[in-house]
Amino acid sequence: MQFKFAVRTFSKTKYILLQPRRLNSKVPSNPVITLEKQVIQKTRVDINTISLLERLSLVKCDTDEGVKVLEDSIAFADKILHIDTTGVEPLYTVLENENLSLRDDKITQGNCQADILKNAAITEDDYFVAPPGNIPLHEVQSESKNEEILKKNEN
Amino acid sequence: MHLCLISRRLRLKYNKIHKRCASVTNNKKWQSVVGLEVHAQLNTESKLFSGAENTFGGLVNNCVSLFDAAIPGTLPVLNRKCVELGILTALSLSCKINEVSSFDRKHYFYADLPAGYQITQQRAPLASDGVINFQVFTPGVHKKPYNKSSKIKQIQLEQDSGKSLHDAELKRSLVDLNRAGAPLIELVFEPDLENGEEAAALVKELVLIVQRLGACTGRMEEGALRVDANVSLRRPGEPLSTRTEIKNIGSVRGVAGAIRHEIDRQRTVLEGGGRIVNETRAWDATTRVTVPMRDKEVVQDYRYMPEPNLPPLRVNLKTKEDTQDVISVPLIKDKIPELPEESRTKLTKQFQLKPEAAIQLVNEPVLLEFFQTITANRTRNPTKVANLLLNDLLTILHKRKINIDNCPVNDKHLADLIDFLSQNKINLDVCKLVIDEVIEDSTLSVKDLINSKGWFLITDEVVIINKCKEIIDSNPKIVKQYKDGKLKVFNALLGLVAKSTDNKFDMTLASKKMEELLKK
Repeated sequence: MQFKFAVRTFSKTKYILLQPRRLNSKVPSNPVITLEKQVIQKTRVDINTISLLERLSLVKCDTDEGVKVLEDSIAFADKILHIDTTGVEPLYTVLENENLSLRDDKITQGNCQADILKNAAITEDDYFVAPPGNIPLHEVQSESKNEEILKKNEN
Repeated sequence: MHLCLISRRLRLKYNKIHKRCASVTNNKKWQSVVGLEVHAQLNTESKLFSGAENTFGGLVNNCVSLFDAAIPGTLPVLNRKCVELGILTALSLSCKINEVSSFDRKHYFYADLPAGYQITQQRAPLASDGVINFQVFTPGVHKKPYNKSSKIKQIQLEQDSGKSLHDAELKRSLVDLNRAGAPLIELVFEPDLENGEEAAALVKELVLIVQRLGACTGRMEEGALRVDANVSLRRPGEPLSTRTEIKNIGSVRGVAGAIRHEIDRQRTVLEGGGRIVNETRAWDATTRVTVPMRDKEVVQDYRYMPEPNLPPLRVNLKTKEDTQDVISVPLIKDKIPELPEESRTKLTKQFQLKPEAAIQLVNEPVLLEFFQTITANRTRNPTKVANLLLNDLLTILHKRKINIDNCPVNDKHLADLIDFLSQNKINLDVCKLVIDEVIEDSTLSVKDLINSKGWFLITDEVVIINKCKEIIDSNPKIVKQYKDGKLKVFNALLGLVAKSTDNKFDMTLASKKMEELLKK
């Protein structure tokens, strides 16, 4: 019985004992040539793309430095774009083998209006006040027309 | 010369006819294609990812958790009930439930979206490949109902945004975050429809289904169910062309109106040689036109990315083993109640109702419930019950602008009316009068009311025979016409009986007695 156990344990661990180098198999034992490609033509970003990105992200980057940071970032990613990843499932989260945990449908939060509004710069009747949003176009146009008329009158 | 003129006239006439035909075919050159996206708020206590209350009309900015306001450091925790209701709805629409689904962030900047992104399901939705079958029948538009179906591309869980009130005068928006993070299911339909009436019928059917399931209140006036319609025109046989999207239509009739208007608008543009641009439009319910929205020319790029804070959602498709985190789909399948389609089939097969009546009854859950309670007593004639509900009760409620959900008349009143009607104790006119009285005071009992007003019909044979004799004696001319074979005048005699007694006779009996007297 004890002998059997010893044999089984040995058979399971013999690779560890015999080939200790395999323990860190992810780290190559000899230097390898990098997969990064160094010489790639640098992507230039034109002014229209910049303004589109600014609009989408609400981040101002229309300066020499801003454009350089953006182009450097693209160059950084370009180095590995030549690697063939067909058939490789992308990893979205390291928790992808876990199940999403679900909670019961119970009211446990909220009811804290004062806290929520504490961060607001301007409020009105317990509403947040924000710049005008997505409204029908003709209202916008008629507004600008009104402004024109006002200006004309001023002139 | 004369001949020449005639031929010229003929030619003119021919030209006119020819032109008219041409304009008809011109209209038929375009085929309209309509696809819907529907957002339905799920009927839960708390929100999709937070424990704040999910309610309509709460104190402004009070039903908001720190997560809903996108305070840094807060994390989403998915509400189990939302997944259950999503699966229930998907199963009722014959969807395939996906064993693994996942969440994504959809980015856009808007004042009522504090996080700058909405958590939705873009890559792997909760369910896909379903179908909805429904009947298209709008009284006044269609003579006969017809079957239609639309395929469902996918059903996904997602967060609602907050609500903005636009103050045009002071050029600002007022934001209420109570709705931010409320649970929605989005149903994406394939462009299988042709016009506004079909779209409206689909939405109506969907409202009925989610109400039966208890998944959503279906109250479109509260925004609990909102419709986006994609509309485009094409030549028959050609691929789909550029579409416009009408956002946030808030009523069933609005869906029909908005789509009809948009089809007409696009046809006018195309026939004038114009081009349709891909744009978002809004439906103005008061002026009944669609108008372009401000974000017209902006290239939409939602920069979708996987939501890193939520691992994949897994469900159990095979067994009834149900754990806190892995919901059993077969277990939910057992909970599906009778659906509207089934109810209609039952009404036409089991109760022998006409398809039109079945559709109208199922469309009004309150009436359907009345019908079921009243016909539980098998001696009552289902067709008569349906007629009373759909013709008399509904007409009176419409006339008085009373919402059917607040109908003061109850099943007991209606059952009494039906019984008196079938026993010929009252007629339909009295029936309407009684309904009117009961609407004023619903505590009245039908029997007492009719008694006190003296509305019961006279069924005493002797009284009826005497009255008939009297009419016969005082109208010898008409009686002679009848005896000479002009049988039509019989109705005139009956009319005189009815008139002279204030419609208080049991006319079936009177008619019988009158015939006997005349045959003597």
